[in-house]
Amino acid sequence: MSASPALDHVHAGAHGHHYTTTGLDNRKIAIWAFIGSECMLFTSLISTYLIYKGRSVVGPFPHEACAPPACATALKPILNIPITSASTFVLLMSSLAMVLALAAVENRNLPKLTTGDRILGSSKLWLWVTCILGATFLGFQSFEFTSFVHEGLSIRTNLFGSSFFTLTGFHGAHVTAGVIWLGTLLAIDYKRGLGPADAINVDIAALYWHFVDVVWIAIFTLIYLIR
Amino acid sequence: MAQKDSAPQGHGEHGGAPAVAHAAAHDADAHAHPTWKQYKWVALILLLITIVEVWVYYIPSFVASKLFVPALLIMSAVKFAIVVLFYMHLKYDARLFRALFTGPLIIAVVTLISLMFLFGHLAVRIGS
Repeated sequence: MSASPALDHVHAGAHGHHYTTTGLDNRKIAIWAFIGSECMLFTSLISTYLIYKGRSVVGPFPHEACAPPACATALKPILNIPITSASTFVLLMSSLAMVLALAAVENRNLPKLTTGDRILGSSKLWLWVTCILGATFLGFQSFEFTSFVHEGLSIRTNLFGSSFFTLTGFHGAHVTAGVIWLGTLLAIDYKRGLGPADAINVDIAALYWHFVDVVWIAIFTLIYLIR
Repeated sequence: MAQKDSAPQGHGEHGGAPAVAHAAAHDADAHAHPTWKQYKWVALILLLITIVEVWVYYIPSFVASKLFVPALLIMSAVKFAIVVLFYMHLKYDARLFRALFTGPLIIAVVTLISLMFLFGHLAVRIGS
């Protein structure tokens, strides 16, 4: 730290932030532009699913039972709503943990007087919680995919299988990327600690993570709940 | 607790009288964040809406009614908006970020609805 606080601030402005002529950090502009493009990607995948909905000739089907000759044997509706509801809950809670991780990084320099302050102010704790919840969601998805394959639904079985596995698979890949991203932030936090100067990096990761969450909110309703 | 009830926080450190250009830039980028209490309420509301969504799914009379799909779509849209506004801080952020998100989102939703009219269950069979 130099003797002059003003000099410190200017120095932070020159090296800590990437401002553009808009007055906004270019990394945040980039992540919002990326999220906007991702909206279009997922809408195209959801559109494909909805267009093909109810047009599969052979089973298994998502919400309807399947009887011969559409299926070799009688099959129940394949979507497991209780399991998916649990995974939705897990992803929603991971978003809460993520905002707490960001708040902890931003407020690292504030005094932590009580145990509650120390818990809320621990970026490592909330990053770990977010990572674990994200990994749990992926575990639920792996279980779902495996059970579907055992029940005779693969990506090649019918239109439902193709559009369902493509859509949820893309989402799962995004969650996986998010967990890896959070893992790198955790590694940095353990190595040198994440402080207010790093808040922008955590904010960008958080925006990505919340976007993955809102995509799942749409998928859960449009694919799992609406028959 | 000092932290959980603190006023909304912004980004970055402030070390004294800033250069004018940097101050302007920072003002444009800085944004208030919800407090811990607000985050807690947002999570609770999201949880309650999800419970209602799953609950109505198991009411056969409601599933058979015309209200089922609109009700689920509205609940989903409310959850979507809450996460974007509060967790993604779009309510407190710069207008350019709102434009970067809502612009493509509107295009995507209009495209989805158009495709549903062209090829989906909403398809209008002209002449049939």
